[in-house]
Amino acid sequence: METAPKLGRDVQPKKDKLQAKKKKPRRYWEEETSPTAAGASPGPPRKLKRNRELRPQKPKNIHIRKKSRISKKPQAPKKPRERGPQRSLSGAQDPFAGPAPVPGEVVQKFRRVDKSKKLPRSKSKTRSRLEAAEAEEEEVSVRAARSELLLAEEPGFLEGEDGEDTARIRQADIVEAVDIASAAKHFDLNLRQFGPYRLNYSRTGRHLAFGGRRGHVAALDWVTKKLMCEINVMEAVRDIRFLHSEALLAVAQNRWLHIYDNQGIELHCIRRCDRVTRLEFLPFHFLLATASETGFLTYLDVSVGKIVAALNARAGRLDVMTQNPYNAVIHLGHSNGTVSLWSPAMKEPLAKILCHRGGVRAVAVDSTGMHMATSGVDHQLKIFDLRGTFQPLSARTLPQGAGHLAFSQRGLLAAGMGDVVNVWAGQGKASPPLLEQPYLTHRLSGHVHSLQFCPFEDVLGVGHSGGITSMLIPGAAEPNFDGLENNPYRSQKQRQEWEVKALLEKVPAELICLDPRALAEVDVISLEQKKKERIERLGYDPEAKAPFQPKPKRKGRSSTASLVKRKRKVMDEEHRDRVRQSLEEQPQKQEKAAKPTGARPSALDRFVR
Amino acid sequence: MKVKMLSRNPDNYVRETKLDLQRVPRNYDPTLHPFEIPREYVRALNATKLERVFAKPFLASLDGHRDGVNCLAKHPKSLATVLSGACDGEVRIWNLTKRKCIRTIQAHEGFVRGICTRFCGTSFFTVGDDKTVKQWKMDGPGYGEEDEPLHTILGKTVYTGIDHHWKEPVFATCGQQVDIWDEQRTNPICSMTWGFDSISSVKFNPIETFLLGSCASDRNIVLYDMRQATPLKKVILDMRTNTICWNPMEAFVFTAANEDYNLYTFDMRALDTPVMVHMDHVSAVLDVDYSPTGKEFVSASFDKSIRIFPVDKSRSREVYHTKRMQHVICVKWTSDSKYIMCGSDEMNIRLWKANASEKLGVLTSREKAATDYNQKLKEKFQHHPHIKRISRHRHLPKSIYSQIQEQRIMKEARRRKELNRIKHSKPGSVQMVSEKKKHIVAVVK
Repeated sequence: METAPKLGRDVQPKKDKLQAKKKKPRRYWEEETSPTAAGASPGPPRKLKRNRELRPQKPKNIHIRKKSRISKKPQAPKKPRERGPQRSLSGAQDPFAGPAPVPGEVVQKFRRVDKSKKLPRSKSKTRSRLEAAEAEEEEVSVRAARSELLLAEEPGFLEGEDGEDTARIRQADIVEAVDIASAAKHFDLNLRQFGPYRLNYSRTGRHLAFGGRRGHVAALDWVTKKLMCEINVMEAVRDIRFLHSEALLAVAQNRWLHIYDNQGIELHCIRRCDRVTRLEFLPFHFLLATASETGFLTYLDVSVGKIVAALNARAGRLDVMTQNPYNAVIHLGHSNGTVSLWSPAMKEPLAKILCHRGGVRAVAVDSTGMHMATSGVDHQLKIFDLRGTFQPLSARTLPQGAGHLAFSQRGLLAAGMGDVVNVWAGQGKASPPLLEQPYLTHRLSGHVHSLQFCPFEDVLGVGHSGGITSMLIPGAAEPNFDGLENNPYRSQKQRQEWEVKALLEKVPAELICLDPRALAEVDVISLEQKKKERIERLGYDPEAKAPFQPKPKRKGRSSTASLVKRKRKVMDEEHRDRVRQSLEEQPQKQEKAAKPTGARPSALDRFVR
Repeated sequence: MKVKMLSRNPDNYVRETKLDLQRVPRNYDPTLHPFEIPREYVRALNATKLERVFAKPFLASLDGHRDGVNCLAKHPKSLATVLSGACDGEVRIWNLTKRKCIRTIQAHEGFVRGICTRFCGTSFFTVGDDKTVKQWKMDGPGYGEEDEPLHTILGKTVYTGIDHHWKEPVFATCGQQVDIWDEQRTNPICSMTWGFDSISSVKFNPIETFLLGSCASDRNIVLYDMRQATPLKKVILDMRTNTICWNPMEAFVFTAANEDYNLYTFDMRALDTPVMVHMDHVSAVLDVDYSPTGKEFVSASFDKSIRIFPVDKSRSREVYHTKRMQHVICVKWTSDSKYIMCGSDEMNIRLWKANASEKLGVLTSREKAATDYNQKLKEKFQHHPHIKRISRHRHLPKSIYSQIQEQRIMKEARRRKELNRIKHSKPGSVQMVSEKKKHIVAVVK
C-alpha cells in the first residue's frame, strides 16, 4: 500500500530519487508500510481497540484506514488543495499538504440532507440559495466528522476466545475480569417484600428510581449508592418515571398520578390522570404521556401543568407503551396484535401496524428511531423498520415469549422472558440487532418486571419480583456524552442553567409528527396551492412565459411575412420540445403501469401493497 | 474472554478547583441531539420575539433650529459631525457623540436650499434662496474674527441644490439649469439644460465620478456626463421626482424618490423599466439616502415617517415614526452604516438606529456569538408563517394605518377595473401592464 504523498508534477525526477531514499513520512495512525512489516503490523493500541468493536473484525475496515490520505469514497468532501506537497521558500515540503482526510462513512453519519431527494423546481435565485445551503450542510458534516477524532472514550466490548460463545459468559465472570470501578456497577438489591419492581434511570444515567407493586418508592444516586429518598405510598405503584431532571418523579399509583420531589415530598396529585398503567416522559416537549386502564392516552405538559391532549385509543386497556426517541411519537401495543403510533396533535393514530397474532406484550424503539422491536403473545420477537415501510426486518420465536424489551444507546436489544434476560447485539448503532445468537444472557432470582439500559453506562437495570439487579453489558452505552445535553458529571449550577435553557426551547406539542425534519423542508403542496389561488385572484398568471413577440428589424427586413415566419419558427420549436418531452415520459409511465409479477397475473395481486 | 467496560475517570470530566471553568465535552453525533430542527425553530421563534421586544430605534433628538430643517450633510472624515441647514437660513454643525450644536452660522437670507461638504472635510458649501453659493470653513472662526464665508458667488437665479464632486475641486448646482463650477472661479465651467424647468436636486455618482443625475419638476430624471457639454439621457415618469441618490457600491444604480408615494430603483443602462418599485409610503417621498453598504436605503416622506428598504425588495423592512415628528424633509444614513438621521418640519434632527433591535456599545464575544447565531436562525426560518407574522408586525400611527387601508381599496378597485376592461374587450387589444412599466412615460436620449 502506498502512503507516500503524491509528488507535484513539477518536481524533477532527480529529486524524486532522493526522496525515495529518505524515509517516507508517516502519520502516527497510519500503519507501517514496508513489505516486511505488513504482515504483523501492530498499529497504535488505541486504534486496535477501535477495530475491536462488538462486530466481527472486518478486514475491509483496516483496508480503508491503511489507504492513503485521499478518501476512497466518491461522496467524500472535495478537497481544494489536493495537488500534492507544497514547496516553501526553504525548499522543505509539507508532506501532508491540504486538509486532513475524512473517511466517507463517518461523514455519512453526520449527513442530514438526503441527497437522493430532488430539489423542487424553483427559480434560479432560489435554487442557487438552496444549493448554497446544501453545500453548507455538507461542510458542516465534514467538520463534525473531523471532530470525531477528539472523542475521548472508546466503547466497551466483550469477546470470547476462539469459538467461545459470549452468551455462556456469566455476570460473575465479567465482574471478576473488569476493574473495580466497573465491578461496583453490578449489584443486586434484595427487596422481596414489596413485590415486582419498575425502575427508571434519569436522562443523565446518574440516578435510579424504582417502585414496587406494594408501594415502595425509592430514588438513589446509583453510582455512589447514595439514597435520595425512600417512601411507602401505601398504594400499588404501576409505573415510575423521572421527569426532565432527577429532582422530580412521577409515580403512577393505583388511582391517580402523583408527582414527588427527590426528598419524597408529594408535590402534585393529578386526578385527571387516573388508573394509569404506563408512563413515558418526552424530555424535549416536557410532556408526560400516560396510558390508562380506561383506554385513554393523556399528554400532560409538566412545565405548565396542563393537559395537552387526551386521546381515546378505542382499544381497551392500555398497558404496553413506549416512545420513539427520534420523533417523540408514542407507540401503544394493543391486545389485537396492532401497534398504533400517536401524536398529541392528532385525534387518530398516525399509523397502525399489525405486528402479531394475539396481543402485543412489549414494544421498544431504538435511539435512531429506525427500528422497533415487538413481542407478542404468539411468542414471536420481531424487528420492524420504522423509517420507510413499517415491514418486519427479522423475526424469531422465543420459547417463552418476551414480556419486556429495551434498546440500548448503541442498539443492543434486551428482552425479559420469565426470569431470564437475553441481550442481542447488532452490527452497529444504526443496524438492527441479529436475533440468531444472544450476546449475553442472565438468570435472575425472580420474574422480570421492567428493563432499562442505563444511559452512558454499560449497565442494564432489571426490576424483578426479587428486587433490582444491575447487570453489566459491555458495549451497551454511548461512550462519549455531550456536555450540553446530558452530562452525568454536571454540577448543580450546570443543571440549573441547563434547565432554564431546556425550558426556553421547549418544543410545542403540535410539532410531534413522524418526520421531525419536516419543518426544515420546502412545503411544496401549500406553495402550489397558494400559487393557484393567486392566479385565480389576479385573473392571470404573473409568472407565465409571455408569448414570443418578434423584434422589428431595420432596413426593410421587417415585413409582415417575415415577422409571421419568425413567430411560427419559435412556435414550432416549442411544439417539438413538448412532443419530445412527452415521448421521453411515455416509457416511464408504461413501466409504472406494468405489473412486476411473473408469468401471469394472479388474483391475489390486488392485495399486494 | 476479552472484556472492556466503559469506565470513565471522573477527574477528566469534573473541574479540579472552583476557579476552573467547567469541562464540557462535546459529541456531535446526531442521535445524541434529537429534534434539532424543532428546537432550532423554537429558538428562532424566541429570537424573533426578543428582536421585537428590544426594537427601540430612537436614540436622540437634536433641537436648536428655529425653523424646519431643510437639508443635512455628512462630514466625509468625521463620523460625529453633521451639518444641517434650516428654512430660516441658519446652518448648524452638530457633534453627535455629545449630541450638541457646536457651531451656528446665519448663512443665507431665506431658505438654505442645499448643503454639501468638500471631499477633504475642511470646508462646506451652501446655497440659499438669496441666489448665492457660499463656501465656509469647517472650523469655527478664531477669537475676535468674524464668521464669514471663504467665497461667495452671486448667481442670477435661485439655486435649489448643490453637490460636490467626490475627488476633484468641482461642484454642481442646480436651479433653472445644472451648473458645474470650478472652486476657484466665479463662473460655471459649463451649464446644461434640457427643457425649461426648475431642477430640484443634483447628485454626483460616487464611483463613476463624472456622472451626474438630476431631477426636475417637469417629471423627468436627467443624467449628465461632466466630460461632455450635453446631457446623456432622461426618463420621464408619471409624477415628479424629488431627489435621487446613487448606490455607493453599484455604479449604474440609483434610486429616485417620487411624488407618487413610490421609490424607483433604476439601472441607468436600461431606464425604460425600473429594477424595482418600492411601495409603502402613503404620501410623497421627499428624500432618500443609501447605506454605505449599498444594500439598503432610507427614505423620508411627507407622511411623517421614514422607512428602510432593502434594494431588492419592493416592501420596506422597517418604519420609524414618533408622535412629535412632522413631515420629514431630509434623511441621511451615517457612514458607519449604523445610524440614520432625519430632519423634519418641526425643527428637530432625530437620530435613529439603522437596525432597530441592535445592542449598542462593545459586545462581549459570547454576546456577539449569540446574536450571530440568532440572526442565522431567524434567516433560516423566516418564511415560517408564525415567525413571519411576528417579525413583520409594526405599530403605525392611526393616520398612516388608515391611509394604507384606503389606498389598498383604491388599488384593488383600479385593478378590478383593468381586469374588467381586459375581459370585455377584444382579446389581445388591452394588455396587462406590470407595476414596473406602469409609471414610466418615456425615455429620451
